[in-house]
Amino acid sequence: MAKPAPVADTRDPGSATTTSKRAVSARDIDLPPVMVKQGGPLAKWADDRLGVGGLSKFLMRKIFPDHWSFLLGEIALWSFIVLLITGVFLTIWFKPSMAEVEYVGSYQLMKGMMMSQAFASTIDISMDIRGGLLLRQMHHWAALLFVAAMFTHAARIFFTGAFRKPREINWLIGVGLLFLGTMAGFSGYSLPDDLLSGTGLRFADGLMRSIPLIGTWAEFFVFNGQFPGDLIVSRLYMVHILLIPGLILGLIAAHMVIMVYQKHTQFPGPGRTEHNVVGYPLFPVYIAKMTGFFFIVFGTITLFGALVSINPVWTYGPYNPSQVTAGSQPDWYMGWVEGAVRIMPGWESHWGHTTWSWNVFVPGVILLGAFFTLMALWPWIEHWFTGDERNHNLLDRPQDNPTRTAFGVAIITFMLLLQFGGANDIIATHFKLSLNAISWFLRFAIFVVPVIAFWVTKRICLGLKKGDQERLLHGSPTGEVHRDANGAYIEDHVPISHEEAFALTAIDAPEPLTVAAQADAHGVRRTDGDVSAMRARASHWWSESNIPHPTREELEEAHSHHGDGHEIEPADKH
Amino acid sequence: MKYLSTRRRHPAAKPLILVLALFLVGAVYALVIPSSQVSAAPGLSQQVQEGKALFQVSCSSCHGLNGEGTSQGPSLVGVGAASVDFQMGTGRMPMARPGQQAPRKDSEFSPEEISAISSYVATLGPGPGIPAASVVDPSKLTDEELARGGDLFKTNCSACHNVSGQGGALPNGKYAPPLTGVQPVHIYEAMRIGPQQMPVFSKNVITDEDATQIIGYLETVQNRNPGGGLSLGNLGPVTEGLWAWVVGIGGLVVIATWIASKGARSK
Repeated sequence: MAKPAPVADTRDPGSATTTSKRAVSARDIDLPPVMVKQGGPLAKWADDRLGVGGLSKFLMRKIFPDHWSFLLGEIALWSFIVLLITGVFLTIWFKPSMAEVEYVGSYQLMKGMMMSQAFASTIDISMDIRGGLLLRQMHHWAALLFVAAMFTHAARIFFTGAFRKPREINWLIGVGLLFLGTMAGFSGYSLPDDLLSGTGLRFADGLMRSIPLIGTWAEFFVFNGQFPGDLIVSRLYMVHILLIPGLILGLIAAHMVIMVYQKHTQFPGPGRTEHNVVGYPLFPVYIAKMTGFFFIVFGTITLFGALVSINPVWTYGPYNPSQVTAGSQPDWYMGWVEGAVRIMPGWESHWGHTTWSWNVFVPGVILLGAFFTLMALWPWIEHWFTGDERNHNLLDRPQDNPTRTAFGVAIITFMLLLQFGGANDIIATHFKLSLNAISWFLRFAIFVVPVIAFWVTKRICLGLKKGDQERLLHGSPTGEVHRDANGAYIEDHVPISHEEAFALTAIDAPEPLTVAAQADAHGVRRTDGDVSAMRARASHWWSESNIPHPTREELEEAHSHHGDGHEIEPADKH
Repeated sequence: MKYLSTRRRHPAAKPLILVLALFLVGAVYALVIPSSQVSAAPGLSQQVQEGKALFQVSCSSCHGLNGEGTSQGPSLVGVGAASVDFQMGTGRMPMARPGQQAPRKDSEFSPEEISAISSYVATLGPGPGIPAASVVDPSKLTDEELARGGDLFKTNCSACHNVSGQGGALPNGKYAPPLTGVQPVHIYEAMRIGPQQMPVFSKNVITDEDATQIIGYLETVQNRNPGGGLSLGNLGPVTEGLWAWVVGIGGLVVIATWIASKGARSK
């Protein structure tokens, strides 16, 4: 039995093609010229050991397309970096303990009060530690911006169809990040153990208890006994500074690597196809833009932290289960769940010795779960409607897919209405409205208004598409109206540029699915790719009002008689 | 004994006994009943007369000519001087128009006129009086007492008035008004009389010392509380979220648009 021949594996990380026997000469260095020029011997040193040359060659020439909406995810990323930096500072001083201590710091209105160590250390950070309040406020503002930027980024991905094949996995990771970001925020604002965060925890406790049958056990598991117990702060601390940030970091890494691997999407335009990326290289253009934007986001958050008060815990005071202040709201990203609970009728069932709290379970647990489930499944839901199997590297403009856009706007409308519900007492006092009137309005509006928003959005999208078709067929109106010999009023049109025509015709909406023949020509029953009648109907509904691009013939026909202008008012009416 | 027994069948005996009994009951009654809390001192009668005249011009159309109340307004018998001082001192009374609740506004009456009307209303029946100046003066409180006032405020008041006294919503368009800029004496009176939607906090529940501490806390938290910058109305996460979206995301999107349109000269 022959021994397997030893295979010489190249160990030179600098270049996979050089063998270890060859002496490394200057020519073998796999460094981009700019790195040799800028980095000098240091670049060579790093390349010899880590092979940064190959990586940087790849990364530095990586092309990214330019559009403002592609920077929304960056806001989230940079806010997260600020969260990490400021968070590290806060952990140096924060004491995650619910042990009772007497306050001995310098804040006048707490003198001699008993409070948890967590709250006392938060007051110390805010009042006695140099720069503490600035960093605490920056951390909180960055958290609000982080989740807001993730939502905005997700909306951009949704409305441009960037979640479609081949990017479903990255969409899923994104939904996971959004959920984790929300949880990070919630666990974070519960830590100071002030009156507002304790009230928020009480809310979360209610959600847990509302879970049928196991609710009480869930509460006892999380709080180690009845609310509030004496462990929740240290448990949330672990979740907030270790578990969730670790998961977020890992998912962000995966998100980025997949984005680089799949290459960035782009809007249609001249020279842009499904098979290329047109933009600027990472170095030097995007490095400069990204670094600049990082500093702008960092600066914005610093300004907010320095100038605008957020969560003044010293005003709220230590948590005491017997106190609930008017105007208790969660941070905005839980506001819509709060709103749903506030407007829900107080339905409750008692079966046997069990209690079913529909009034909390449905608007709290089910709604929250349904939102993230629907969001995660959306690429497959849309695929069910369209049956679209193509790869998409070109983005839709929102009006290119009226049904999807209308659905997204309906969901946003729904959440916005619930957000109003969460702020109902602030709205009532500041706009002199009745709380009950707001609740009753919202109970119906959350069902009716999204439907109206759906319909209106769809009409707006179709109007925009019609306008595009007008421009393709008849050109761009010049605004010059004149009267011809017959007395008709005519507005001159000029043909649109080839670039614009290219961009307007680059996107093809998929054909609606049709019910496949149940049997082929030989009478053999098909088993593959069956489209049910229901799915075909749904697919038809999805795309029925789509406006197809004009065909080549239509375009040529329209352009051949160009110059007649566009009649505003037919002459024969005179 | 002979004197009484010979005259007990006298025709005048029964009426005389009755008169005697009535006199005795009256005398005992006068000795036993508590004196009313606010009695019109002789020197004030002039003030009471002025108050009554003002009352009949400005208040009687709703509260009745003698403060007995009408279908438009409640009886004022037994509401006490504190009620009048609070309602008129904060401009709530007279009401500009009927509604769920009388809003606070600038008072149309001078302090002397309010004082006259309140001493008149106090004569209608005993009720809470206007506190002495020392009761509502929080300037001598220690830091610990101020902190205790904060705890009392958060336990008893913040559920409606908000933790920093910004006010809050109540059902059906009613509301707990903001406590910013309210005079200490009016805060004290409100606790004792329970105006409009507010419950009464009697001296058994909130003692005068407690009340002074609450007043001291409110004054400190509203005037000398260190802030973290722009307060955004002290309304909590709602306005903070609005700021994060409108100024934060809005501003950064504007900057992103600028970045995306600029600086791509890599040729």
